[in-house]
Amino acid sequence: MALATYATRAGGLWLANRFELSERAGAWLDAIPGAILVSLVAPTVLTSGPAEALAAVAVVVVALRSGSLPLAMATGVVAVVLLRAVVAGLT
Amino acid sequence: MQQKNAIHEEERVTFTLAGALAGARKCVPVAISGCAIGLVFGTLAGQAGLGAGEAALMSAFVFSGAAQFLVLGLWASPLPLVAIVFTTLIVGLRHLLMGAALGPVFSRLPRLKAYGSVYFMADENWAFTMGEFDKGRRDGAFLLGGGLLDAFAWTASTFVGGAFGGAVEDPARWGLDFAFTATFLALIVGMWKGKTNILPWTVAAAVSVAAHHWLPGQWYILLGGLAGSFAGVVRRGS
Repeated sequence: MALATYATRAGGLWLANRFELSERAGAWLDAIPGAILVSLVAPTVLTSGPAEALAAVAVVVVALRSGSLPLAMATGVVAVVLLRAVVAGLT
Repeated sequence: MQQKNAIHEEERVTFTLAGALAGARKCVPVAISGCAIGLVFGTLAGQAGLGAGEAALMSAFVFSGAAQFLVLGLWASPLPLVAIVFTTLIVGLRHLLMGAALGPVFSRLPRLKAYGSVYFMADENWAFTMGEFDKGRRDGAFLLGGGLLDAFAWTASTFVGGAFGGAVEDPARWGLDFAFTATFLALIVGMWKGKTNILPWTVAAAVSVAAHHWLPGQWYILLGGLAGSFAGVVRRGS
């Protein structure tokens, strides 16, 4: 398990180091972080239910207004607890 | 060393203690949420028959929450080793993409620092690191600092969960399961560069939601990431 997990962590870096980066490959690498992050959150935000979706909106608004990551995270956690309670109360 | 991406050519890459400390500081909130998950993992590992020390060793050496939770479901006597290793590989495939994205900066670090650091690469500290690189602060130790804190929190909380399990409540009750989602969302907001992001991010969201619905496990992260990043290239190429 430890070897398998390290192989995946080091493998991408190893491959990126082995090949000369064309401009196109560079553009692809630049696009990876946003695409991975969106993929990590999309199912939770879009398909979990109204509490998660609304809490996500709150996080985005706070992040845009304040630019503060800890504040945005705290907002999300508090919002999701309150909204889940509301949703549970309504159903 | 071969030629590097021309866009990044001029900028200097450092590896400093200050960078590691900055990375660790950035990871404090997610490390706290990680502790809650680690407590739960330690508890569940205890129920699956692992001792607290064994569970903590697994956390230290594997350092992948997703893989470890999945593997607990497979835990039986005799151990299905092939299934366990295969599961770990599949869950880790997204790390290939993440490591490749570090490449343009990390390839200019000494090998030991680069390959030592990626041992501690997790979703959170990797995402923070990419955010730093994005802002032009290229300190490779940022990843390591955050990762060391994360790994310590994860391993220690696993041990505590394993030793004092049963006392742990469901982290979802306190909204802690959403802490990671919120953190990643805030990072996405910071990465927004304008209209060029719309197509790749829409594709990533659509593919990950579909994959999450129809495929088991963690495929949605890798498939969404691949589809979205390729959409970004096609867009730039046209």
